[in-house]
Amino acid sequence: MTTLQTVFEKARAENRAALVGYLPAGFPTKDGAVAAATAMVEAGCDVIEIGLPYSDPLMDGPTIQDAVHRSLTNGTRIADVMRTVEGVAKSGAATLVMTYWNPVDRYGAERFARDLASAGGVGTITPDLTPEESEPWLAASKEAGLGTVFLVAPSSPDERIARVAACCTGFVYAASLMGVTGARESVNVAAEGLVERTRPHTSLPVCVGLGVGNGRQAAEVAAYADGVIVGSAFIRRLLDAPDEASGLAAVRELAHELAEGVRR
Amino acid sequence: MTTTEGTPLTSADLAGNGVYGNDPDVLGKFGIFGGRYVPEALIPALDEVAAEYDKARSDLEFLREFDHLLRTYAGRPTTLTEVPRFAEQAGGARILLKREDLTHTGAHKINNVLGQALLTKRLGKTRVIAETGAGQHGVATATAAALMGLECVIYMGAVDCERQALNVARMKLLGATVIPVTNGSQTLKDAINEAFRDWVTNVDHTHYLFGTVAGPHPFPEIVRDFARIIGVEARRQILELTGRLPDAVAAAVGGGSNAIGIFHAFINDKSVQLHGYEAGGRGVETGEHALTLTEGSVGVLHGSRTYVLQDEEGQTIESHSISAGLDYPGVGPEHAWLKDSGRATYHGITDAEAMDAFSLLARTEGIIPAIESSHALAGALKLGRELGPEATILVNLSGRGDKDMGTAMKYFNL
Repeated sequence: MTTLQTVFEKARAENRAALVGYLPAGFPTKDGAVAAATAMVEAGCDVIEIGLPYSDPLMDGPTIQDAVHRSLTNGTRIADVMRTVEGVAKSGAATLVMTYWNPVDRYGAERFARDLASAGGVGTITPDLTPEESEPWLAASKEAGLGTVFLVAPSSPDERIARVAACCTGFVYAASLMGVTGARESVNVAAEGLVERTRPHTSLPVCVGLGVGNGRQAAEVAAYADGVIVGSAFIRRLLDAPDEASGLAAVRELAHELAEGVRR
Repeated sequence: MTTTEGTPLTSADLAGNGVYGNDPDVLGKFGIFGGRYVPEALIPALDEVAAEYDKARSDLEFLREFDHLLRTYAGRPTTLTEVPRFAEQAGGARILLKREDLTHTGAHKINNVLGQALLTKRLGKTRVIAETGAGQHGVATATAAALMGLECVIYMGAVDCERQALNVARMKLLGATVIPVTNGSQTLKDAINEAFRDWVTNVDHTHYLFGTVAGPHPFPEIVRDFARIIGVEARRQILELTGRLPDAVAAAVGGGSNAIGIFHAFINDKSVQLHGYEAGGRGVETGEHALTLTEGSVGVLHGSRTYVLQDEEGQTIESHSISAGLDYPGVGPEHAWLKDSGRATYHGITDAEAMDAFSLLARTEGIIPAIESSHALAGALKLGRELGPEATILVNLSGRGDKDMGTAMKYFNL
């Protein structure tokens, strides 16, 4: 199993940033998600975040909302998320689950952590779990040997950054902008400052997400961050593709472009 | 029918100085409920709102201004109306209505909105956003925004826009932009999601003028405090009128702001039963209801730990109610706490029971209530039969029914 630590060590040794790709489980189909994520790994993604589709994704923009809605309509359940993780982990990428808190809370934190670890997952990203409420999840993750990734934002004062970073193992997720997920014309200039403000509070890698969608932007972010996170742009390719084969080709092409970007 | 004017309120009545107890802890928790489950990006904004509110609640200048607006603009104090002809159907119990329907804009929502609009100005923000279900909170927010010169954007589920078309027109007339939300169930919960997305994007100049006692801390506390005037007045009025406290207080519960508003002043009066009435929709057995407290389970929705209508994997289940204002699969965390502590009791009222009470109040007393409030009226009818003819029941008539004429025309074939 590839761990986050080995991923970031390898990237550092190659003097580049790691490439992190996001896709919700069950999108475009249950098997299609594994195929697409595997294609992303083959074309250069080091880490895959599998999104756990949730009915009320209040941090997500229209692209991910659309994909998640289709996934839920396809009947995606937590067992499918675990199967997706299992399938993707086989591709050799470090595989995380990105999830809103309520599905984990309802499923049971310990049970979720145990099942995710058995599926070959290396950790979670929890965008709406604040440090104040994180204790049960930190304990369960530690017990199961899972990494915990939390987000810092441009609005976060230094003391919040310190508090969030202290909850992280694996890496710290720096949200590049104030807003929801989705590719943008340019990556917010605040991202670099946020990474700089985060460094003194952690020895972990700091990865930047939100608004990154092409090779040029990946290269720009890779100049100051340890990892570049891309989600909506991959989903866009799949949504726009006329059939599954061309969707796979399109995500492969984008992963290539981004992988080239993080190496510039 | 007898009515009474409440005695004028002092600023101290409005101060959230913990005299009624039951304030949340430092993490915004009522017992295990409440707290904050939101993107980290919003934490500084929530901290800012909480800090400003802490200053405002003990600032006499702020309280005077709020009090002044409530009197001269909202039309407070609202009267208490006894409804003996209606009460004949309630086993002869004495029923008194707290007439929030007589406030400016026609519902209790105006109280919270004026308080938060003042808070917005203190925060130095120029734009307010809000979610709305029935449209009452949207109309109230648009009203306060017009009054105070704030830009206003209202998110409203597309389904609700249709069933509350009149309120959409009112908001537009008041200068607000109404954005129909077409994702998910296209009702209140999705409007809240969309408002949060707007807030995280525009938080530097925007205040999210939250409309109910749900959401992340400090909203449940702030909205409650600004709605508390309802119970403070009613308690004083009923003592003047009847010489004693009521045996029970009844209110409809969607998110729970009107119910908390009237309950709160009675929390320490242990002899007073507190009853909340949720929307039973087409009946609990159909699964088409909004019985969050009575049928839901503990979870996290819209930033707060509370009772939620959810499946076994934590996916929110869409609610149903004939009244848009109660059509919500979550509920304020303080209600969750009042339920679990046993201080308040919650029940379901079906669409049909609510519409019967709606029609009955209109015919017996000449008051057309909001369909939301009709759930409390239907509850009071049952409660009266249980408690007997000696009982006095205070009902929060949280809003008027003008906005519901479309629904009523269809329902009663008018």
